[in-house]
Amino acid sequence: MKLKSEQALELDESHVTVGQSFCDDPKMTMRNVDVFYSDKQAIYDVNIDIAKNEVIAMIGPSGCGKSTFLRTLNRMNDTVEGCRVDGQICMDGQDLYSPKLDVVELRARVGMVFQKPNPFPKSIRDNVTYGPKIHGLADTRVDLDEILEKSLRKAGLWEEVKDRLDQPGTGLSGGQQQRLCIARAIAVSPEVILMDEPCSALDPIATAKIEELIKELSQNFTIAIVTHSMQQAARVSHRTAYFHLGKLIEVNPTEQVFTMPKHQLTEAYITGRFG
Amino acid sequence: MSDSKTLIKIQHSLTQRNRAEARFHWYGRIAILIGLMAVALLFIDIVGKGHGAFRATYINLDIRYDADLIGIDNLSDTEQLSAGNWQALPKTALRERFPDVSSRRDKRRLNNLLSNGAGFDLKDRLLASPRLLGKTESVWVLADDDIDTYYKSWLDGNAYEARLTGQQIQWIGELHEQGSIKLKFNSNLFNRGDSREPEQAGIRGAAVGSFLTLVMTLMLSFPIGVCAAIYLEEFAPKNRWTDFIEVNINNLAAVPSIIFGLLGLAIFINFFHVPRSVPIVGGLVLTLMTLPTIIITSRAAIKSVPPSIREAALGVGASRYQMVLHHVLPLALPGMLTGAIIGMAQALGETAPLLMIGMVAFIVDIPNGFSDPATVLPVQIFLWADSPERAFVEKTSAAIMVLLSFLIAMNTTAVWLRRRLERRW
Repeated sequence: MKLKSEQALELDESHVTVGQSFCDDPKMTMRNVDVFYSDKQAIYDVNIDIAKNEVIAMIGPSGCGKSTFLRTLNRMNDTVEGCRVDGQICMDGQDLYSPKLDVVELRARVGMVFQKPNPFPKSIRDNVTYGPKIHGLADTRVDLDEILEKSLRKAGLWEEVKDRLDQPGTGLSGGQQQRLCIARAIAVSPEVILMDEPCSALDPIATAKIEELIKELSQNFTIAIVTHSMQQAARVSHRTAYFHLGKLIEVNPTEQVFTMPKHQLTEAYITGRFG
Repeated sequence: MSDSKTLIKIQHSLTQRNRAEARFHWYGRIAILIGLMAVALLFIDIVGKGHGAFRATYINLDIRYDADLIGIDNLSDTEQLSAGNWQALPKTALRERFPDVSSRRDKRRLNNLLSNGAGFDLKDRLLASPRLLGKTESVWVLADDDIDTYYKSWLDGNAYEARLTGQQIQWIGELHEQGSIKLKFNSNLFNRGDSREPEQAGIRGAAVGSFLTLVMTLMLSFPIGVCAAIYLEEFAPKNRWTDFIEVNINNLAAVPSIIFGLLGLAIFINFFHVPRSVPIVGGLVLTLMTLPTIIITSRAAIKSVPPSIREAALGVGASRYQMVLHHVLPLALPGMLTGAIIGMAQALGETAPLLMIGMVAFIVDIPNGFSDPATVLPVQIFLWADSPERAFVEKTSAAIMVLLSFLIAMNTTAVWLRRRLERRW
């Protein structure tokens, strides 16, 4: 049985995103973004800005396109066969999909943390220093060690692993692995960090640690986080975007989304009527 | 809500199911038993036939290195040395052992006790220590293959006399009583190339030929196969062309190997004029044959690397090339190496394509390089199995034993390498 609101959305072909999609000093801007997997359209006409040093959370039911949306921001979708992105996505005014842009450079500026902790099957040290090494960020071993310590400290992992930097990263616990992945991402000093459900494979204590970390990181980085957990979105983010069936329904300050949602679909989702 | 009736039904079906499972276990055990028995039978048969070849019959003679007898006066004159009548040394010594032999025919029969290579062994001995010239020493001299066959079968209590005369048998009996004939380790088997005379034939030439051919094959097929696999798996677009290529690689793996031999004959030898019978052309043909195996196993190894590792590498800004080189390859390497070794083991055992490119020639010299005419172990086995001399029967089995031990060693290395290099993630 379909909800009335859902039927309403399907009829509404030229829907407009509700709320504050745009901001004055955007880090990234998206205009009229459509994403296709072969013939199937996954994202419809998304317009949104991401401000500097904000944490923006993407929520929505499974298959709503929030992960796809996130992956367009550092072009991880390039690796998917048959994926096509239309529209304009810019960072600091530079078009991310222009042929002149080197995707390697983009991914150095826009780091990513994945759903499942995926450290390289190498030592903790190699995991963190891999990025700086390939980008030539450190000239000497001392510089590299400095980056290593700084990144691990920022990720809140330094105290736990400083005595076993040469042991495999895969030997850590799940939460530690995920923080190692965050350390790996921030070691190349990105401007934006994308997080694709970073806590979905973790227990509540590890999740709390990561959330704490996200809050700290937001002082230096712009963070876009996809999450299944509305509580998590409420705890860590400044703004929340609600996606539904590939459409961006509502973007508003987090507090407002969870207390006074503007759109009836958002309301239906956060009150648990579907999802 | 299971009342007693359904419970009884379940119990009834349970006994049936358990019985079916037990039956299934036994089918498996019987299948494994049959397989093991086949292998055991093979090994018992081969070892039973071949163990004799590791020892050869030698006759003890007092050799006097007489320059006049050989027909030389200067040990440094190579022309004289090669023209010398070296076989006269053991012949004379043997005749001194049996002085009553006088008729021409008996003398010839007596001479036939000796391998016709015995003289050359003595030549090597003399050249190694020239001060022996003019002196006498007691030497174990190689006996003829018919004597070898008879003596071994006689020791086993089942004498094979077909190719000997009664007199020869009597002589051997006398030598045996004097302790002047015995079985010694057959170093010729491992140190010499092929020969028409079974007692002088060895597998060194074929083993070196096999080694050179395999090195050639590995040098060509491993890099080509791995590069092709990486390209197809990581870089090539997935379209009709790559599907077509994939199907054809699989087809290639199923082509009978003799076809590759014909291809090699037509292309490498007749068109590119690569010399025949040499390890280069053997390696080229075997490369064609092992390439599909290596490509298929390498692709499987690359595919088994979890996508999360690739995403992680791309996520920190590695280029595709760096992702492959730093992360995918190290993880796929054990699988690739295993595939390569299995491909090499296949190539080592391959006979048919090499017959087509002339590696079946009778080659006495041990090859020194990739461009020397050579043969390989399985072809040597084929040649020996085809030879009429009875003494080649045990040689054939011995060569099979050597080939099998190489194969077992290679497969063990493959397993060991995989265990060693495999990393968990």
